[in-house]
Amino acid sequence: MALIAMGKGANMIDFLIYALLAGLGVAAVAGPLGCFVVWRRMAYFGDTLAHSALLGVALGVLLNIDLGIAVTVVCLLMALGLVALEQQGVLALDTLLGILSHSALAAGLVVISLLSDIRVDLMSLLFGDLLSVTASDLWVIYTGAAVAIILLATLWKPLISITVEHDLAAVEGINVARTRTALMLITALVIAVAMKIVGVLLITALLIIPAAAARRVCATPESMALIASLTAMASVISGLAASWYIDTPAGPSIVISAALLFCFSLGFKQKA
Amino acid sequence: MNKSLVRLKSVSKTFADKPILQNISMEINQGEITTLIGPNGAGKSSLIRLILGLITPDTGTIEKIPNLTVGYMPQKVNIDPTLPISTCRFLQLANTSHEECHNALELVGIPEVKNTPFHKLSGGEMQRVLLARSILRKPNLLVLDEPVQGVDFNGQNELYGLIGKLRSSLNCGIVMVSHDLHLVMSATDHVICLNHHICCQGKPEQVTQDPAYLDIFGETAFYNHKHNHQHSLKGEVLDSDGTHRHGKGCQHD
Repeated sequence: MALIAMGKGANMIDFLIYALLAGLGVAAVAGPLGCFVVWRRMAYFGDTLAHSALLGVALGVLLNIDLGIAVTVVCLLMALGLVALEQQGVLALDTLLGILSHSALAAGLVVISLLSDIRVDLMSLLFGDLLSVTASDLWVIYTGAAVAIILLATLWKPLISITVEHDLAAVEGINVARTRTALMLITALVIAVAMKIVGVLLITALLIIPAAAARRVCATPESMALIASLTAMASVISGLAASWYIDTPAGPSIVISAALLFCFSLGFKQKA
Repeated sequence: MNKSLVRLKSVSKTFADKPILQNISMEINQGEITTLIGPNGAGKSSLIRLILGLITPDTGTIEKIPNLTVGYMPQKVNIDPTLPISTCRFLQLANTSHEECHNALELVGIPEVKNTPFHKLSGGEMQRVLLARSILRKPNLLVLDEPVQGVDFNGQNELYGLIGKLRSSLNCGIVMVSHDLHLVMSATDHVICLNHHICCQGKPEQVTQDPAYLDIFGETAFYNHKHNHQHSLKGEVLDSDGTHRHGKGCQHD
């Protein structure tokens, strides 16, 4: 759409390269993080955090602060809130997450609709706006992704340990609560960063689908994380290619590419 | 006299207003096997979690020797099938080398499962692998939560034999939870019969003669025991005369 209107000139190549680099940066960290989301059955957590990102945008516009900062802060706070609520055990976790997730989404939509004097492109928030990535966006995305990857790599062993059996991990001296909180915060950070790429409604897909596709062909947690990253990167490349050649929206095209790769993975006999 | 590794003094724990453990005092000694028996919901797992330090008591104290290294064998390990992990890798999560893992698997008699994916282990193999993990850090206290669950009769005998051997080779103290009384009786030094409080405790042959034990487990001392009293839904003992008998070591009213 926008692509055609602006013509496929030299500027467009810049746009495309920015979009590609941004997508690949997020895809790299989506691999290992997505594995934990799948292993620990955190998909609903991811959705809740993603939906609260929209609330972050609304609050950012309302309070006139940088949107990236607003989204990141709201996501991080929501992650801490979820950790606290999880330990309370008042309601079944999926009920609680359902309440928070959709309340955050609804609140975000309502606040945005009330901001009548400022034009907010709702579609790009919900489904991503990869082709509008700027050089400064790239910096933010790569800083966020690098922090997330470094944290994941540093905490890799305790994270695997608490995912396998948290009581055993605790007896063997791992601080389970701290490690789990760290994972939630990393997830929040990645979601805040990934919002630009696929939008709040599709972020969880970018985490889960490549990891699920990688599962079929991997026998160790590390190889699964790596293959998930590569699958996510391939999805970004082919999604962008579709967007370029047949003029489809970039975010949803990336998710469809990932889904197709997942279907392809079903053809493999499961290893291990 | 064997050294005391862990000492509980008048420990109580309440969950959601329900007293799960009341006034528990006990000791775990080096080189001894202590077995916790009791009906479902008697608080056995909670007591284990207190000893492991996974939960803290509401009242009372738990003293541990300073150099205590605990090996823990949980009842069950549920790894999501989407997490690919080999048995060897599972063992190495205890911060040990490949060789030590191999040796531990050899010790529990199943070196061949080293490269088997964890979620493809059979019930018996799983229990042995969990036992192997618990001994990897060279513990002086082993805590085993229903170590023979899901294992057939011969396998159970073997596992109890193995646990007995580990006690002497590691010279560690062992606490285990068990349901199957008559197998346990021969493999244990000290039995604690638990039903929210300690009903009775002592050497197996003493305990099996104790009226409080017989009240709970019946005279056949077999798992399919004959109850001479009923439990309420809350697990309270409802005896015919409205009370239950107390053993010698019993400290509650």
